[in-house]
Amino acid sequence: MQQSNLLFGKEQLAEETWTALRDCTPVMLGVVPFGITCGIMGLTAKMSGVETISMSVFVFAGASQFIGITMLGAGITGSGMIILTTLLVNMRHLIMGSSLSPYMIELPFPLQAILSFFLTDEAYALTISRIHKAKYSVLYQLTVSTMLYLVWILATAAGVVLGSYISDPLTWGLDFAMPATFLVLLIPLLANRISLIVFGAAAVVSVLAALNLPGKWYIIIACLTASLIGGLLEGDSKHAQ
Amino acid sequence: MRSEVLYIIIGMALVTYFTRIGALALFRFTGVPTWLNRWLKYVPIAILTSLIIPSLLLPKGHLDISLNNHYLIAGIVAAFVAYKSRNIIATLGFGMSVMFLLKLL
Repeated sequence: MQQSNLLFGKEQLAEETWTALRDCTPVMLGVVPFGITCGIMGLTAKMSGVETISMSVFVFAGASQFIGITMLGAGITGSGMIILTTLLVNMRHLIMGSSLSPYMIELPFPLQAILSFFLTDEAYALTISRIHKAKYSVLYQLTVSTMLYLVWILATAAGVVLGSYISDPLTWGLDFAMPATFLVLLIPLLANRISLIVFGAAAVVSVLAALNLPGKWYIIIACLTASLIGGLLEGDSKHAQ
Repeated sequence: MRSEVLYIIIGMALVTYFTRIGALALFRFTGVPTWLNRWLKYVPIAILTSLIIPSLLLPKGHLDISLNNHYLIAGIVAAFVAYKSRNIIATLGFGMSVMFLLKLL
């Protein structure tokens, strides 16, 4: 009895890992040009290869690395300024962390600590979409997270090594893989009226905010506004019933 | 490695980790409050939308709603394919092909 349970478990685990690998492959494709760009930017900013790659290994946050490297290249070595900017750029992770908290709260602390280190836009998008399609799976989150981490480091290293030979890979249009993948994750979620309103609100606010605010603030502002609207509408429709 | 760069990397790593574990570390002790739970329900849609739409409408940092914006055209095609197929490979295949064709033209 116990053994058959165990076997069933194993098969399921293998299937979950396979699904995770399949889902994150296109996203990994989208990460590669950004990682290569990061490596090249490091060279341009006169950072050593070890410095650029270490940043990818320890920080693992694309946008803030781009900004940090640019500031270093511009001769800003006042660490306070760069670290504060990094904090502000990455504030959006607090929202993603909150969103995953109901699912991760029961996990043992070491696992929470590890998964949190890997929490990126891409890992969040894949994990939350898996939750909507099936249910929360630690194995799924861990698999996509570690794969994205490895690709990020390898792509950064590739950028450092190849940097002097290739032009800016973001001009190839490969970075389109990212929004395209996110579209497949988003569209099944737009199943009712409130979801469509939240989508519309987030679209308008994010564009307006991206035009007027620096860095990644547009994600935070749009997310807070649109999800608040969704929550309020949800409350109203519950009361009306 | 230069020591000032090392300090900057350590600082960046620490504040980034704080943003990633902060919410969970708090809710471990307090639980996720119910009012927040209702709000959080629409966070996935809101985040995905704000990651996608600006990258299609402002690929170079300024608003570009024209046929010259390859990201927008390919994005519309990809959205249509995603809606019809719900398939990541098909969406990516069509989207990237459009992107590539537009570059050739």
